[in-house]
Formats: sequence, C-alpha cells, structure tokens
Amino acid sequence: MYVAVKGGERAINNAHKLLAEQRRGNKDVTEIETDQIEQQLSLSVTRVMAEGSLYDRDLAALAIKQARGDLIEAIFLMRAYRTTLPRFAFSKPIKTAEMDVSRRISATFKDLPGGQILGPTFDYTHRLLDFTLMANGQEPADAPSGDFPIDENMPRVLDDILNYEGLIQDEPTPVDENAPVADLTREPVKFPAGRDLRLQNLSRGDEGFVLALGYSTQRGYANSHAFVGEIRYGTVSVEIEPEELGFAIDIGDIELTECETVNKFKGSKTKLPQFTRGYGLVFGQNERKSISMALVDRAMRANEMGEQIMGPAQDSEFVMEHSDNVQSTGFVEHIKLPHYVDFQGELELVRRMRAEVEERLAKLDGKAAKSQPEAAE
Amino acid sequence: MTAQTAPTDGSGQRQDHQNQDSGKAVDPTTVARQRWMSVLARTPRTTLEAEWTAQYGDVNWNHLREPQIGMVMVRGRAGGAGQRFNLGEMTVTRCAVTLSDGTVGHSYVKGRDRVQAQYAALFDAIMLRDGSASDFIDDLAKIQANAKRDHARKVAATKVDFFTLVRGEDE
Repeated sequence: MYVAVKGGERAINNAHKLLAEQRRGNKDVTEIETDQIEQQLSLSVTRVMAEGSLYDRDLAALAIKQARGDLIEAIFLMRAYRTTLPRFAFSKPIKTAEMDVSRRISATFKDLPGGQILGPTFDYTHRLLDFTLMANGQEPADAPSGDFPIDENMPRVLDDILNYEGLIQDEPTPVDENAPVADLTREPVKFPAGRDLRLQNLSRGDEGFVLALGYSTQRGYANSHAFVGEIRYGTVSVEIEPEELGFAIDIGDIELTECETVNKFKGSKTKLPQFTRGYGLVFGQNERKSISMALVDRAMRANEMGEQIMGPAQDSEFVMEHSDNVQSTGFVEHIKLPHYVDFQGELELVRRMRAEVEERLAKLDGKAAKSQPEAAE
Repeated sequence: MTAQTAPTDGSGQRQDHQNQDSGKAVDPTTVARQRWMSVLARTPRTTLEAEWTAQYGDVNWNHLREPQIGMVMVRGRAGGAGQRFNLGEMTVTRCAVTLSDGTVGHSYVKGRDRVQAQYAALFDAIMLRDGSASDFIDDLAKIQANAKRDHARKVAATKVDFFTLVRGEDE
C-alpha cells in the first residue's frame, strides 16, 4: 500500500540540483559532448539502443550523458522516450545474408568461402591498460586497406555450407508469412511463448542476465552443446513499404550483430541425425550478447526438440519474466520508496505477537514460580 | 577442413523468402525512384540544404505533411531465414511536400532530422517533376559507394591468411 506523503518537495528539488552538479563533476574538466559519447563510447551506445529497444545513436548518447553513464538508467530513459513516438510501420524482414560485414568469423570451418574477417575486435588484444590513451593520447594511425574490398554477399555457414549436406535443421518450415508476429510492446506476454516473442524478449533483454543464462547452458544446466557457426557484425539496410507509395523504400542502414550456433544433434531410429540451431541478433556491435542470446534461444527450444527441462535457461517463462532490466530494476528498487503504512502494519503485528508470547511466558513463569518451592521441599 | 558452398540455384526456403522480402520493384520508374530515395535517405541535411538553396531556392512548394518523427519496428527472421520476429524499433522521420505544379514528393529517413526529411522529400518531388537533380543524386551515390568501398577495403585488411607449416616428415 502506498500513501501520498507531502512535504518532500523542497528536498526533492534540491536533490535534483545536487544530482545535476554531480553529473557535471569538476567544472575545471571539459564537459563531455554527446557526439563524443556517440563516437568514442560507441559500445555503450550500442547496448543502450539494444536494451532500450530503440535504434538511435544520438538519443542513446544523450541518455548515457544524462544518466551519468549508468547504462540501465539510460536504457530506462530510452524506453520512456520510445513511448512518446508513433509507430509508422513494420519493416520488411532485414536480410542479414546481404549484410555489409565489418566482421565475420566461423568457429566451425577454418577455410570458408569469404574467409575469416576479424574486423574491429578486442580478441587477441593483451588486455593491458594502454596508458597512452590517458597521457594526451596519440592519434591512432589510419587502419590499412586491402587491395580489394571484401566479398559482397558472403555465403552463410549454416544455410549455405552446413545445410548443403542436410546436416543441420532448416529453420522450421513452412513459414506462414501471413501469421501475425507477436509484439511484447503491444500485448501482454502469454505462455507458452512462440519463438518470435522469445527472440524479441532476448534481443532487448539485459546483457548480464542473458550472458549468465547462456553460460549456465554451457556448464550443464541445459544439454545443448554449442559451436559458433558464424558471427557477423555490420550494416544492413532497412526497408519499409509505406501505404501512400505502394512499393518498398530503403530508409537507411543500421548496425547489427548476428550469431548462429550449431548445437548438438537430434535424430531417431527413422530420422537421420542433424545439428540444431540457436539464433542471436542484436542492434549494434555486441558479440557477447548475440552469442549468449543464441545459446539461450536454443535452450528455450527444449520443448520443440523433446528435451528434458533441466535448467533455468530452458524455462521460457523464467527467462522471459526476468530478462528485462527496466522491469527488474523497477520492482527491485521500488522497495526503497515509502512503505510507511505497510511497515506500520507489520510493526503492530510483530508487537502484538511479541506481547502474546510474553504473556504466555509470564503465565508459565508464574506457574513455575509457584511449583518451585514445592519442588524444594 | 575446407567448406563447400551450396549451388546458387538451390531452391531452399531461404531463397524463397529472400525473394519475397525483396522490395525490388520491376517497373523501371519505380526502380529509379527507389534508388534516389535510398540515396537521399543517406545524405546529411547540410548537403541537401546547400544544393537546394543553390539550385532550387526559388521553387514554390508547400508541406503536404509536416516533417514528423516516429518509429519503424524492425523485423528479423529466426536463423536469418525462418519465422519473422520483432527485433526493436528505430527512429524515422517522414515528410511529404507538394510543388506548385502539384507534384508530390515523399521521404522516410532514418533518425530524427526534420530538415533532412524535408529536403529529401523536396528532391524526390524535383526528380519526379523533371529529373533535374539526377546529376546531384549520381554524385551522392558515388560518394556513398566510395565510402562503402573504402570501409570494405579496411575490413578486407583484417582477413586471415592461413598458412600451413610443413614439417619435413613426409617424403
């Protein structure tokens, strides 16, 4: 139960002023600009867009600045802003097969058509602090260029290579193109949830939560051993078909990271064994999240695969009800807000219970006191 | 091991979807319009504004629909080719303009730049009216293609060249 408690207005105003002052920090230090955040903290921007479920680099940078770098608070700001905008359209499904890749690797095939493209990655760095970044920072040298651009339309490891031999399951077919696509931003989530809803939920889910669950599947809390068939990061164009035009138009590019896992196989006495799939797709450059998402997506397909549920990552309801960090933080943090009346009730209850026990004890003591002399005799 | 690629004429489900998802129209005038709208959507407002002021400053026009900021829900497919799902939203600005002769131009561009959306709609109208901005559009397209190519070459420099060390045991 909540009650309106008045009188905090001045304190609240002043708290906000103090917050603004602390956000700015020492005024001898140059104030950070949102375009600096957008350019130089681009992976924070990526995370805020992905979990805020709104692709807009400038807004994400602003949210990060306003939230003093608290990414979950920034995600909250993005979600709140999102609710003020009308939705013009649904895009046509983006074509990740036609992605302009900045990175594309496979852990299952060394020599594959198109090659292993490392792109801008932290892998193979030594994880030693680079103090030149702190001391005036040297301008990095321009990255070298190859003689030729990378191949366009690189073949996909799962579809074009593995599936060539029928070694991996097709994505469940046939796909009904007229079937409605679930949208958790418009309708309450119902269980059992379809894969469309699960993927939407995971893509905007908390990175840490999805990471931990993905990790749990590897440690034995879901038996679905995974290889990374392919990871690609790059840009795809987004197309919509506005009613007033009647044809599709390209409205610009967005960055995405996609991960496809190849998981343990499935077969029966009559069916040839085949590898199975997990899928991860997130806004921006975020390999950790897309791999984790693919692991959890595969784990949540347990029912479909006829697997025994043995870990939390396989329990769609558990995963989906706890993956949203705005929802989680809302409920966890609300307990710091005034619960004075609630607590008053609890206090009275405890006092009454204590009084009752004390009364009972006193009666017992009385009896004991009476009986003691007798015992002494 | 060396991986093999499926033949390109494979009649897999993915091919079907890719065709179905393709917004490529057959009508050549629509194809041309799709191309310039896609180029304009990727051009910064300052470039559009400067060209408009220099070449079309005296053109009379009105807003048919004022620039409006909204969202598009981006959709993906499970496994890149399977069931559709809602990935997340992106900000988009749209605008519609009418030239004095009644030509209507439209724009839908990524982001929240109302001015960019307005000029993109104006150039769409000019292109529909007389195609007089086609050189401008071609130049922009070249710039965009070059930027893309430059990036793809930098990325290509990060491609791994595996080599195998031969140990002299085999004769």
